[in-house]
Amino acid sequence: MASLHLTIVAPFQDYGFMRRALVACFALSIGSGPIGVLLLLRRMSLVGDALSHAVLPGAAVGFLVAGLSLWGMTTGGFVAGLIVAMLAGAVSRNTALREDASFAGFYLASLALGVLLVSTHGSNIDLLHILFGTILAVDNTALYLVGGIASVSTLVLLAIYRPLVLECFDPGFLRAVGGRGSIYHLIFLVLVVLNLVAGFQALGTLMAVGLMMLPAAASRFWANEVWTMALVAIAVGFLSGFLGLVASYRFGLPSGPAIVLAASLFYVASILVGRRNGLLRQHWPARHLAA
Amino acid sequence: MAAPAIMLENLTVAYDRHPALRHICGCFEPGSLTAIVGPNGAGKSTLLKAVVGLLDPAEGCVRCASADRRRDLAYLPQQAEIDRSFPISVMDTVAAGAWRDIGVLGGIASGMRRRIVDALSAVGLDGFERRSVGSLSAGQFQRVLFARMLLQSAPIILLDEPFTAIDARTTADLLALVQRWHGEARTVVAVLHDIEQVRQYFPQTLLLARKLIAWGLTGEVLTSANLRVMRRMSESWDEDAELCARAAV
Repeated sequence: MASLHLTIVAPFQDYGFMRRALVACFALSIGSGPIGVLLLLRRMSLVGDALSHAVLPGAAVGFLVAGLSLWGMTTGGFVAGLIVAMLAGAVSRNTALREDASFAGFYLASLALGVLLVSTHGSNIDLLHILFGTILAVDNTALYLVGGIASVSTLVLLAIYRPLVLECFDPGFLRAVGGRGSIYHLIFLVLVVLNLVAGFQALGTLMAVGLMMLPAAASRFWANEVWTMALVAIAVGFLSGFLGLVASYRFGLPSGPAIVLAASLFYVASILVGRRNGLLRQHWPARHLAA
Repeated sequence: MAAPAIMLENLTVAYDRHPALRHICGCFEPGSLTAIVGPNGAGKSTLLKAVVGLLDPAEGCVRCASADRRRDLAYLPQQAEIDRSFPISVMDTVAAGAWRDIGVLGGIASGMRRRIVDALSAVGLDGFERRSVGSLSAGQFQRVLFARMLLQSAPIILLDEPFTAIDARTTADLLALVQRWHGEARTVVAVLHDIEQVRQYFPQTLLLARKLIAWGLTGEVLTSANLRVMRRMSESWDEDAELCARAAV
């Protein structure tokens, strides 16, 4: 018992940076989980990935202008992500190119530009910092930012939840009754970018999307409504953050990848034993009911 | 006679400049029950989508007697156009029919809840409120969509292949619902393939093969001569088609 306490409670009792990292993970999960679920249901799982890369040049410009400043890099990243999201959205709505293809085109350009900027003007250490983040270096200001974004994201999502779900499920119906689906889609894309920007400070651009998509994908095996999936995704995010941080502390692992790997474990476990269509359930179904 | 519910004036709809529907003129009278019949690719779905406003005409227009087409038209798309694996409950799906009343933020009051339960009961799905849409059969799902239309309670109802791949029992139940709407003097238009069904239940027929072949009383439209014309006119796509002489410049 004492050793269990030592493993999972003591690090957070003893160190402020561990506590802040944990709170940051919680906030990220609350913001990103539901967003990931909706991305998944809109068949845009890889768009989150694309946008997380697209944030890079903006963060790099922010870094070059303001140094390792939270606000500089966050604003830059947000603007860059938004530009790519809007351009890709506009192209897919107005041409024959599908959304995934137009996102792929713009994010690759953006990523190349970002790597170019960082490698000509900064050192490789800086690049690593931006790519992989430093959740253990999250300070109070960063915490306010992440918490603020999670709060705004949750409130906005609640406000547009109904048309967003409807647009996802039956877009023709929403248009026929006069709902303006494209506006909600745009607001949603802004939320995706916001959450990725919140995540990249802590987890880096490459890993930010991990706390967004992995819990969402796992939740599909446990819940059968959008809002219940979102709750499951948030819970999986919480647990991944907690377990990842404990493992990272205990075994001296880099924290970002540890958290995302923890989320991957939940994902794989869900595929195997998930209540809804998990593989084991399919092979050894529970006894059927009488009616 | 009252003003037509929907008037088509020289309606032409094109995909990539090739017309799927050419110069359609005519009207659906209020309270009429019309079947749209034609071969695959005849433009039947295109016609409904143009009426709903999901497609813009290349030429001509659709006139609607109502001031608010979004409220007064209920439209049932082909089943294949909806993702049935989506995690949503039957209750929420039917509630969407009241979108114009509840909107983005409005709550579902107990009166509305009552209406949803009644609509589900009317389509023979008592007690299905909490079921997930993914767990329904194709026939049950079609019943859910009809319940959603009951909630919309629109004076004009457009159905795109409502009975395709649906079992006989469900088809009979839903046809009864269509008859009920007709009795309530709603204007109903349905795209159908079963000629016998059309003869039996639909007083009016619109025969289509990218252009209008005949439109009027079913007995006068579904003649063997007209049906032969329809089959001959399922023409192929001509990549080098010339500019239409009737097109407005």
